[in-house]
Amino acid sequence: MSEIQNISRRSFIKNIGLASGGLILACNYTLFSKDIASGIATEFNPNLFVQLNPDGSLIIICSRSEMGNGVRTSLTSIVADEMEANWNRVSVKQATGDAKYGDQNTDGSRSVTDFYETMRTMGAMARMMLITAAAKKWQVPENECTAQNHFIIHSSGKKIGYGELVDVVTTLPVPTNITYKNPKDFKYIGKYLKSIDVKDFANGSAVFGIDKRLPNMKVVAIARCPVTFGTVKSFDKTAALKIKGVEDVIEIPRIEKPFGPLGGVAVIASNTWAAFKGREALEIKWNCGKNEGYDSEKYMIELTERVHKAGKVEKETGDVNKAFGEAAKVIESTFQLPHLAHAPMEVPNAVAWVQGDRCEVWAPTQSPQSAQEEVVAYLGTTPDKVTINVTFLGGGFGRKSKPDYIVEAAMVSKAIKAPVQVVWSREDDIKHGYYHTVSAQYMKASLDAQGNVTGWLHRSAFPSIMSTFKPGTDYPAGWEASSAAVPFDIKNFKIESGQAPAMVRIGWMRSVINILHGFSTNVFADELAHAAKQDPLEFRLKLIGSDRIEDTKDPIKYNTARLKNVLKLAAKNANYNKPLPKGHAYGLAVHYSFYSYVASVVEVSMIDDKVKVHNVYTVIDCGTAVNKNTITAQLEGAAVFGMSLAYYGKITAKDGAIEQNSYSDYRMIRMNETPKVHVEIVESTEKPTGVGEPGVPVIAPAIINAVFKLTGKRYYNLPLSDYDLV
Amino acid sequence: MTTLLINKKKYSIDVDPEMPLLWAIRDSIGLTGTKFGCGIGACGACKVLVDNVATYSCLTPVSTVIGKNITTIEGTSENLQLLQKSWEEFNVPQCGYCQPGQLITATSLLNSNKNPSDTDIDDAMSGNICRCGTYQRIKSAIQHTVELKKHR
Ligand code: FES
Ligand code: FES
Repeated sequence: MSEIQNISRRSFIKNIGLASGGLILACNYTLFSKDIASGIATEFNPNLFVQLNPDGSLIIICSRSEMGNGVRTSLTSIVADEMEANWNRVSVKQATGDAKYGDQNTDGSRSVTDFYETMRTMGAMARMMLITAAAKKWQVPENECTAQNHFIIHSSGKKIGYGELVDVVTTLPVPTNITYKNPKDFKYIGKYLKSIDVKDFANGSAVFGIDKRLPNMKVVAIARCPVTFGTVKSFDKTAALKIKGVEDVIEIPRIEKPFGPLGGVAVIASNTWAAFKGREALEIKWNCGKNEGYDSEKYMIELTERVHKAGKVEKETGDVNKAFGEAAKVIESTFQLPHLAHAPMEVPNAVAWVQGDRCEVWAPTQSPQSAQEEVVAYLGTTPDKVTINVTFLGGGFGRKSKPDYIVEAAMVSKAIKAPVQVVWSREDDIKHGYYHTVSAQYMKASLDAQGNVTGWLHRSAFPSIMSTFKPGTDYPAGWEASSAAVPFDIKNFKIESGQAPAMVRIGWMRSVINILHGFSTNVFADELAHAAKQDPLEFRLKLIGSDRIEDTKDPIKYNTARLKNVLKLAAKNANYNKPLPKGHAYGLAVHYSFYSYVASVVEVSMIDDKVKVHNVYTVIDCGTAVNKNTITAQLEGAAVFGMSLAYYGKITAKDGAIEQNSYSDYRMIRMNETPKVHVEIVESTEKPTGVGEPGVPVIAPAIINAVFKLTGKRYYNLPLSDYDLV
Repeated sequence: MTTLLINKKKYSIDVDPEMPLLWAIRDSIGLTGTKFGCGIGACGACKVLVDNVATYSCLTPVSTVIGKNITTIEGTSENLQLLQKSWEEFNVPQCGYCQPGQLITATSLLNSNKNPSDTDIDDAMSGNICRCGTYQRIKSAIQHTVELKKHR
């Protein structure tokens, strides 16, 4: 039994919001992507849908969230290409949160990786069925018919539009022997497609979560304890209630779960401004709790002490101590990186309407299923009674995969029996996030007389993301620790972790653990090149060593040839060996993450002792490139994101409270600081791999390496604003 | 009652005169293309044209714009429409959230400067944050629009 079925005549299509009357192909990609040959026929539970209507319009349901990642365009274009559909006839319907879609969490840069083959197959099946339908209609052999741009064409020259074939095609079984298009005939895959939503973004009509309106909807601002997990002791609402538009003030409890709301005092108002003003007028006394002592400056000292002592061994080959003992030269360095906040342009917000045991939500969420799960648990109801509508996301970067703000909306709606919209202010977003971790890292390496690296020790200490899920966790998870295992050809190699308890909520942020490990390994490798008196590029290529496939447990293997290739290409694009204008220098970095290979060479100058990045040459090998326009945009954006954290990214805590407030003191790169970003995408027929995140980790170290060349000074800590360099 | 003139239409609303224009537009009038990003004049997501000049609506009390010509992203203005076309052409938006503010700011620039230099563009646009990092494309789209206008 094929896991793709023609469900045009099945009754449950209504449940997915598709009208009947067209050809609907459905597929269970979860099963499909595994080995279905060995599987027993299970109940058909489809989670991907493609609908061709009699008027020729083609609707594809997208179960992943659109947050600038271009997923609505890239996934759709795969089906349309194989189907020989006309791109202008395609539209996208956003799926609600539902277990039937498989894992919907839009993170880990894996949407295209996960769906590519299935989407192609559905498109190919639809095309083949349309050919069969036309052949039937015309009473001609199928092999005399071809599909082209929304038409089936017969060798005699007559043609028929896809829409006109719907009546016949809905009666056909799905084909079993699929023939795919030759990739050289692709029209959309591997090309530069514009976003299917670009018009709506440019005219302001795209509806983000914060734009959702319901009749009689109340707007809610919540005051949360400045210290993570602190609770309300008492509050006085008198002044708040006097503000025009403020209707009520209630306390909401903390829910002690990874994605549970922090709790606090909720101001319910007729408009957002009144809600914010009302909140300002509250007088609240807090029980700050055990995180009150959190002082991130002192904590950094502790973390640093910890990485200067032996830690827990995570990986070891050879004997590093022996290598250090026999070395011609030993280099040691310590790196310190602060907490970061996601700060997506659209603050966390959600609309919820609880009616009895039912709830409907509209929210910008990367993970509608976690949202559903949390709301179901909170209401003590069942998933069929909770609908999560996914709006456009004004940026996510990992923040919006945590649905705490959605549960807040459900809590208040339930309490006041009305539809509500919870809106975070920017200050809320900066002060109550799930922060990128804070870290200290110690690195030590030995060089022999020829400048070869003979030993490498990498010790990191940082609060783990797992501390959010399992309170008390104070060592990194295996995947966090092992991301330090760069594929360098070094005989004696050791990775260690130090203890690090969490005092704020730790979460994943665009490229996650690769931010710190990509930084330290790239800066340290550059330092070693200098110590070995070798060019950083040549040195790095040698360090990566021979062409080989690294033996990992991952389904997609790590290929050192591809890693070296992106680095060489980036150098070539930058004209690395040609002299630069006086006062300019190159810095480079290369990193593997989310199964993709990325290198960046940056051209930097120092003007009046300030860093200026002029050009960024980025090369990515992400296997088969689906939408090159999106991929290029993601890497342009990653350069800016990486620069923001290199220049300004720093969240600090004092007495348990986050000290930064808004974009004024948690700054972002702006247009006048933006370099020209030149992107090359390696041509490849390998499986498509991550795009959204892997461009980030290389930027900061490449800048630091260039600054070293210019100034002879190595900066081990970020951000550069701490050194007055930006 | 306060009467505002937005996109050539009159709206009468009952709000506190101190309410920032941003919230009057979004919550009382219901035009949601204008965005909230920070509320303190640090990001530009909220910009609208007040008598053709880009203005932070989050810092502008409604009482100060009575009788003035307000244009939001939903409105029409020659430069805005040309820029929107270029935005599509260069596929500028990623998440799209900051783009109404970016477009309004670019419109204001072209309203006052027919031939902006690179630095003029940087200066005009640097009040607007794009967390997705679309600056390079924004700049290309503005430059393209300037060229288009020259050859018309
Ligand atoms: S919302 Fe007005 S500048 Fe940010
Ligand atoms: S496009 Fe996302 S913030 Fe600018």
